[in-house]
Order: sequence, then structure tokens, then C-alpha cells
Amino acid sequence: MTDITPPKDPSRLSLALQSDFVYQFKRSPVAVVSFAITLILVLGAVFAPLIAPYNPFDPASLNLMNGFSRPMTPNAFTGDSFWLGTDDQGRDVFSTILYGMRISLFVGAAAVAFAMVLGITLGLLAGYVGGWTETIIMRIADVQLTFPSILVAMLIFGVAKGVTPVEYRDQMAIWVLIIAIGLSDWVQFARVVRGATLVEKNKEYVAAAKLIGRTGPAIMVRHILPNVLSPVLVIATISLALAIIAEATLSFLGVGAPPTQPSLGTLIRIGQGFLFSGEWWILLFPAVTLLALALSVNLLGDWLRDALNPRLR
Amino acid sequence: MLAYVIQRVAQSALVLLVVGLVAFSMFRFVGDPIDNMLGQERTQADIERLRVVLGLDQPFVVQYYKFLEGAVQGNFGVSYRQGRPVSDILIERAPATLELAAVSGFLAISIGIGLGVFTAIRRNGIGANVIMSASLIGVSLPTFLIGILLIYLFSVELGWLPSFGRGETVDIGAWSTGFLTASGLKALILPSITLGLYQMTLIMRLVRSEMLEVLRQDYIRFARARGLRERAVNFRHALKNTLVPVITVTGLQLGSIIAFAIITETVFQWPGVGLLFINAIQFVDIPVMAAYLMLISVMFVGINLIVDLLYFAIDPRLRVDRTGGH
Repeated sequence: MTDITPPKDPSRLSLALQSDFVYQFKRSPVAVVSFAITLILVLGAVFAPLIAPYNPFDPASLNLMNGFSRPMTPNAFTGDSFWLGTDDQGRDVFSTILYGMRISLFVGAAAVAFAMVLGITLGLLAGYVGGWTETIIMRIADVQLTFPSILVAMLIFGVAKGVTPVEYRDQMAIWVLIIAIGLSDWVQFARVVRGATLVEKNKEYVAAAKLIGRTGPAIMVRHILPNVLSPVLVIATISLALAIIAEATLSFLGVGAPPTQPSLGTLIRIGQGFLFSGEWWILLFPAVTLLALALSVNLLGDWLRDALNPRLR
Repeated sequence: MLAYVIQRVAQSALVLLVVGLVAFSMFRFVGDPIDNMLGQERTQADIERLRVVLGLDQPFVVQYYKFLEGAVQGNFGVSYRQGRPVSDILIERAPATLELAAVSGFLAISIGIGLGVFTAIRRNGIGANVIMSASLIGVSLPTFLIGILLIYLFSVELGWLPSFGRGETVDIGAWSTGFLTASGLKALILPSITLGLYQMTLIMRLVRSEMLEVLRQDYIRFARARGLRERAVNFRHALKNTLVPVITVTGLQLGSIIAFAIITETVFQWPGVGLLFINAIQFVDIPVMAAYLMLISVMFVGINLIVDLLYFAIDPRLRVDRTGGH
């Protein structure tokens, strides 16, 4: 965040490194460890094609002879070791996890981004415009909040699946998933932004902006928005952990990422089938990865909330 | 008071009307019902006839009204996949989900309150600290992973409990119960723990924090000074005064238990309403989805209404605020 500083201005970088925020970060072992784990996992997902020893989606590299290899056993053909074993089709579990994490993180991040844009827009409108706009937006938010978000996401997914023609369903599944999780999660953002906007819009700088003739949209985006962003950042981080878990849950239930584009949840769904016959590694490693990812992002969010709110220290 | 109640009831009715509109739109616009019901060999005359029979030739508002009328009477049409009335399927599946939810709710409340009181009284004890740390893990583990973990431990490794299904059930009228057979009861253990664990940790943490608050009050100190036994102080004086927020939260959590039953039922292949809903999504069985949506909305809106009114009845301060002094 703060370390993205232009190199020609060294004073700002050193300033950022000496800031209270960075000091708090260094002092908290939980924050450092969870940040490190998140970073490693994200880098692993981003550079999956470079790191993964095999491409699990390339049929040419697969061989059924390698199916159900235990962890650390060698490939029957090349002699390379399968670190985390293989699944029924001889796919390297380590590689499928890296690629699966890509999809999990992409869906999670895109869903949160979508929820954030939608929530911020509606929250700003509700807070700044008020009147009927506010009543309608906040009533919809209240109604949606009575239902658990995972249920809302499932319903949206089901309807979207019904609307998509059969031949496009698998291709569209990822995007439908993003929209479903995003739509189930915007309320949090809208509520916080509306609350903060109600406070900000009565401050003098907004009156000054009105006085020099700035229009409503410009005031909302250029003046109020920057001042309501820090709680949004906290919610976004915690939402990311929740979105990753929501995606995994939907995929596990078979109403999410399709087997052709497996996310961590899909991998766990596949692995569950082999648990009874003793092939535990197909399930265990994706599950541990999912847990590590969700837990570290969650802890990071918790820390961020405390760090950005001095009153809690 | 009366004005507030009427306003709340009207709001709930409006929400249900809107949800009904969503469910109806799913019915009407997602997929073509005629396509779903007639086979490949159909004539234009067949299509026209079915349009009239299904009432699809009538205006939107009339159709919506008919849909609502049917829904109120429990008539949600015919499942595309099973070819039977949705209401029959729901009635057949409901006991499984309700029994599962009841056992989970009972576990969550009894164990949750018990552990909450324990961790509050022995605030710095080793046992309390272990339970509190374990509850953190319980909150962050996704439900389906908890289920898989339990299956692995108790079904695959130890072989003590069944990993799927309801076991043997006994039919009492239209209600098939798993409470009366040994295998039915055994089959209930793992799913109900999986389903209730999250609510249990939630109730436990809530009771603990409320208890810690209450235990600091003067009347607790006076009760001790009067020489009352520890047990009487903790349970009669302290716990009783923590129950108002606990009741509210528990009430709201009842709804989530039904919703999260979807996940538990899928993991354990439990033949309830949740599994029906997941299969309906997978096969785009719109009537079943719409009926489930209506059913669950009625339940959620009803629970919310009751909790709101209860709150109002329990806490006199709210009454004064809302009605301006009367």
C-alpha cells in the first residue's frame, strides 16, 4: 500500500517505512506471518505456470499409469518425484493445487471487487442523495441481510445457470460464480459507505466544493470517496477470506467451478470421493491450502482493522 | 405498540410479495416451461393447448396472482426432474431436515451455554483457554471441511458411525423419523455436530462475554456477600440476566441452521430439503428452486418478525422510544 512510492523521491519511501502503520505491522508477529503466508500463496498462484512441475490440463503430460501415486513417489516415465502424489487420472496434486488456487483467488478477488464497486456506488448514492433513493437502496440491503449470503449466492447461481444455454454453462460458470458471490456481498460495503458519507457530507470541505460549483457526482467521487475508504479496505480484506470460503463451498457442493476449471473447492469435492479407499492426499493437500489461505487473509484483515482504528489499541 | 406491530407485519408481507415476484419470474422466464414439459415430437396445436392449460396466455399480473394463490395453498407446480408435484416432494423431505436441525439446535444451545458459563467462571483456567482457542479454529473451518474431517475420523478410521444417509427410519403417518431406531440415532450424530458446531461456538462466545459483563455487577457481589452458594450465584443470578441477547441471537441463528443444512446434507448425503435444493440447482429444476425460495423466505421473514416483536416485549426501553412515551 504505502510502499508503492516513486523511486525518484526517496524521502517519501523512508517516511512510509517509518510510519506508524509499518511500525505496528513489524511489531505484530501474527500480521507478519499471515502476510508472508498470503504472499507466498498468491505468488504461487500467479506464477503457477512457471512453478508447477506439470500442466494438469495438458492431456499429453498425463498418464493413467501414474494414477494414485502416493506423495514423494517417482513418475513412472521420467523419474521425477510427485511431491504431493497424484489423483486418479495421474494429475500431479501439487500442480493442480497451484492452478486451483489461481481460480480460487481470481474468483474471490473479482467477486470482492465487484461487490466493492457496487456497494460503494450504492452507498455513496444512498448517503449523499438521500430521500427515496436512500430508502429503496437500504430496504433492499435490509431484506438481503435477512438471508445468509451463501444462500443468496446459490440462488443467483441457479437462476443464471438456467438462463445460460447448456453449451456455454461450463465456460460461463466462473463468471456466474463471481457475479453470484459479488451480489451476495455488496450490502456490507453499502452500509459502511452510507454511514461514513452521512458524516462527511455535512463537513465544510463538501460545502466549499459545492460553493465552487462542483456537481454531485464529482463531489461524491473526488471528495467524499477518498475520505470513506479506510473502513472499506478493512471490509474488503475480511470479505476476501469469506469470498474464498464461499467459492470453495459452492464448488464443493457442485454448484461452482466446473471440473474442467477446478478451484480448491472442486479439488476437495473430487478428493472426498477417494477418502474411503485410503487415498487421503488427494483431499488433504487442497484442504490444507484452502485453510491456510482463508485463515491468513482473515488474520490479516483482523490486524488491519485494529491497526487502522487507533481506539482499539 | 399496536402501530409498530402492524408496521412490522406489513413490511414482512411486502418482503414476501417481492420474493414471490422473484420466484414467479424464475418460473416464467428461466427456461421455457412448455419446452420442459413437451417432448421432441410436438405440434403447434399441442403447444397452444398447453399454453392455455398452464394459463401462459393470460396477462403477467393475472399469472402472478394465480401463482401467489397456488403458493399460499402449497401448490408449486410439478418438478421438471421428478415429474411429481413439488409440494409432495417437499413434505416427504421435510422431516429429515427438521429432525437434523432440531438436534443441532439442541446441541448448539445446551453445549454452547454450558461451555460459555464454564469459560466465563474459570476465565484464566487452562481448560477455558483451550476451549476458547479451539472455538477459534471451529469458527474459521468451513462447514464442509468439518464434516469431511468427522467422516474421516469416525467413519473411515474408527468405523464407529455411518458416513451417509439417515439409517433406518420409522414412518409415523406422513412423518418418517430416525429417532426411534438405533441406526437412525447413530446416523444423526455426525451431521448434527457438523451443522451445530458453528452456532455452538457463537452461542458460547456470546454467553461468555455477557457473563463476564454481568459477573462484575454489584448485585453479584452482594449475592456472594449474602453467603449464597457459587452455583446459585452463577446460574440463578448471573446466567438468567445474560439470556435476553442470547435468545435473540439464537432465534436469528435458527434460520442459518436451516440454510447451512444444505451444506451438511450434501456432505452426508442426508435426504432432506437442502440436498433436494442443491440437486435442483445442478439440474436447473426451476419449480423446486422457486418453492424452496418461497419456503425459506417465509421462515426467515417469520423468524425475524418474531424476534423483533420478542425484543420489543422483553425490553421495555424500546417500547417507550418507539411510541413516544406510552
